[in-house]
Amino acid sequence: MALLEVKGLGISFGGLRAVDDLNMEVDRDSLVGLIGPNGAGKTTAFNLLTGVYEPTDGIINLDGVNLVGKKPPEICEAGIARTFQNIRLFSQMSVLDNVKVPLHHHLSYSLAESFLHLGSYRKKEKEMDERAMEILSVFDLDKQADQLASNLPYGKQRKLEIARALATEPKLLLLDEPAAGMNPHETEELMNTIRLVRDRFKVAILLIEHDMKLVSGICEYLYVLNFGTELASGKTGDVLNDPRVIKAYLGE
Amino acid sequence: MSLITGILEQLINGLRTGSIYALIAIGYTMVYGIAKMINFAHGDIIMVGAYSLYVFTAILELPAAAAVILTVAVCAALGIVVERIAYKPLRNAPSLAVLITAIGVSYFLQNTALLIFKATPIPFGSIINISGIRLGNINISGVTLVTFVATAVMMVGLTLFVNKTRAGSAMRAVSEDRGAASLMGINVNKTISMTFAIGSALAAVAGILYICQYQSLQPTLGALPGIKAFVAAVLGGIGNIPGAMLGGLLLGIIESLSRAYISTQLADAIVYGVLVIVLLVRPSGLLGKQKTEKV
Amino acid sequence: MNKTSAGKTPAKYGKIVLNILITLAVYAVMMVVIQGGMLSRQMTSIIIPCCINVMLAVSLCLLVGYLGELTLGHAGFMSIGAYAGALLTNYLDMPPVAELLIGMLAGGIIASVFAVVIGLPVLRLKGDYLAIVTLGFGEIIRSVINSLEFTGGAKGLSGIGTYATYKNFTFVYIFVILTILLIANLVHSRHGRAITAVRDNYIAAEAIGIHVGRFKTMAFVISAFFAGLAGVIYAHNVGILKPANFDYNKSIEILVMVVLGGMGNIKGSIIAAIILTLLPEVLRSAADYRMLLYSIVLIAMMLFNNSRFKLAIVEKRNLKKAAEIQKEGE
Repeated sequence: MALLEVKGLGISFGGLRAVDDLNMEVDRDSLVGLIGPNGAGKTTAFNLLTGVYEPTDGIINLDGVNLVGKKPPEICEAGIARTFQNIRLFSQMSVLDNVKVPLHHHLSYSLAESFLHLGSYRKKEKEMDERAMEILSVFDLDKQADQLASNLPYGKQRKLEIARALATEPKLLLLDEPAAGMNPHETEELMNTIRLVRDRFKVAILLIEHDMKLVSGICEYLYVLNFGTELASGKTGDVLNDPRVIKAYLGE
Repeated sequence: MSLITGILEQLINGLRTGSIYALIAIGYTMVYGIAKMINFAHGDIIMVGAYSLYVFTAILELPAAAAVILTVAVCAALGIVVERIAYKPLRNAPSLAVLITAIGVSYFLQNTALLIFKATPIPFGSIINISGIRLGNINISGVTLVTFVATAVMMVGLTLFVNKTRAGSAMRAVSEDRGAASLMGINVNKTISMTFAIGSALAAVAGILYICQYQSLQPTLGALPGIKAFVAAVLGGIGNIPGAMLGGLLLGIIESLSRAYISTQLADAIVYGVLVIVLLVRPSGLLGKQKTEKV
Repeated sequence: MNKTSAGKTPAKYGKIVLNILITLAVYAVMMVVIQGGMLSRQMTSIIIPCCINVMLAVSLCLLVGYLGELTLGHAGFMSIGAYAGALLTNYLDMPPVAELLIGMLAGGIIASVFAVVIGLPVLRLKGDYLAIVTLGFGEIIRSVINSLEFTGGAKGLSGIGTYATYKNFTFVYIFVILTILLIANLVHSRHGRAITAVRDNYIAAEAIGIHVGRFKTMAFVISAFFAGLAGVIYAHNVGILKPANFDYNKSIEILVMVVLGGMGNIKGSIIAAIILTLLPEVLRSAADYRMLLYSIVLIAMMLFNNSRFKLAIVEKRNLKKAAEIQKEGE
């Protein structure tokens, strides 16, 4: 059974059908791309998967658990984490704290312990620090742990957002245009990081991307959206050579 | 005296205070729409208007018409000056900083008035000497009539101005998207100044009508109608001019009816209660547009 | 290993020791000054109000500074605490300290209960709308108290034991320190981080599993609890409660302290609360001009804080930091 199963997913805004009859499967530990021209409904699909929007039709199952109707925090708890097209960090918090916020599901203590800094507070905080530093070091961010997130350069902010998502210990990670605004050298580095993330954190990755070099370089399987519906899907090489896909991208 | 006559009288009372609230609320809403700030000092412009009228009529002994025009001019100028000095430097500052500055301006105006005119209330004779009319069993005073007419004229005039003139469409453009408006060649600074001037001029008219009704001057006289009008603006949907008119009138009527038929002391609680309930059902007010953040 | 481990590094211990020293030093100085009768009557009468305002400012700082929600109804929760506590101690017949303790517990809890009831529906609103609705609730609370029989109505509730005067400074001081300590601790915990995350980006916070509504309500209730405590102390300091003392101007006064203190900065809130409480006394000689001066200072501070001059300073600091990051990164 696939990790993520999406069947007949759709949503209407007024009369507009932003996503229509979307069917997807993402296997465990796989690297899947979701591509398509601007306005094809890719980010809307992500928003449906993460509960930002509630679908008007269709089924979303993660590990056999139905996610339709759940709120974003519950979907995160169920095992989907994401990044955003326009970076959304906790900009006035330190880099370390950005990663410690999501850790609190796994390393918890009571409100009373928060007030008094007694009981398991110290032990749990220490574990959180260690775990957060471990994740940060994967992204080469450990040396900047004390800096404000907003003071990081752009590329590092993107990495921090991925690190923060991973701290929720997801089964599936959604990346929304991770290479946006990066130069070819940074994109190259990002590709290595994404592969490393998949192997090290044992997580399936579904990503939206316009950079074809990145898509063809790391994605094993592709879904192509156009006008809210699925245009094509299959192995990366096959899809990219599909005349329908080329036409959708380049026009007539 | 039947129940119906009583209710009608309260409705007319409510419409009179509501008209004043509406005039003030329009100023709040216009400034909010264009500068995205709560101008907490707006209520004190009413007070400045009231004292100006007092100075022009009782001390300088000018004719009423001239005094009214000068009062409106003083308030409009004050609105522009306050915006230039206190708010313009904060255009890109966090909204809380602007709010606190506006509170500072409010304190400043109140305490300047306190220094000049002292805290003891000054009695003031109304400048409106029109006799009232009688409709069936109901008396409508001259002040009330003037309030209705003045408010109606102002509202119609403002609606025409905003929708039919170039300056009005510049205002709408700036309130929609300041950056884009400036790229289209609209002088944003001038438009914002104009908005403050119009809002303050309306507050001056409200101040004149208010003081002709209550006939007593105090440095804090603007605070109460100010806060009520602010509530009215939010009730109608802040940033929305017809909303402010509707909110003001509704608020006046609700207040007057609850005062007469429920409890004088609880009237305020009822007014705010209505606001809370409306916002819980329609988070952007009665006529406000719903905004959602794009993810 | 790294310098961020919680409470394990010399730097952190140093800070804790310093804070304890400051706490004790302030206490020692106050005791000497009070016992030695070195202060004028005006100054002694302002000691407890200072403490109360610190509690109010710190508790509001959690909401405005850390949760990032502007509320204008803090005086409402203070008044609920004040009335609840005073009504209870008027009824009780026990030693003053015991009465006060029970009154405070009751005042804090009742204020929090109101915060839950008000917060659940209201906290869905954002920004200016939340501000005006909380202002509305503050005014509703005030006019309801004004119209009730058992609260004394507009005449006020009198006959409250003045247990919390400067003669009982130690008692009040303990609660001030407790308020600061508990809220500062909370801020530096998983709950506090979640609250701050909601402020910085609630959409991202939801996406990493934070139940935004839950944490908003939590901050709202905790803040109301401490405002309630401060209210009870206030009641037993002045001895008579009047609804007019809890109007939106009081809420604004507390808000100004938090904003001048630099938002999200507990120390700043404490200092601003003390200065703003002392200011009217210090400016007593300026009598008529003092509120005018206050308003000018307020406007000038806001203009300065957001001026090009200040921005240039911050920018310089940021550039320096960025350079350091660059260096460390290599």
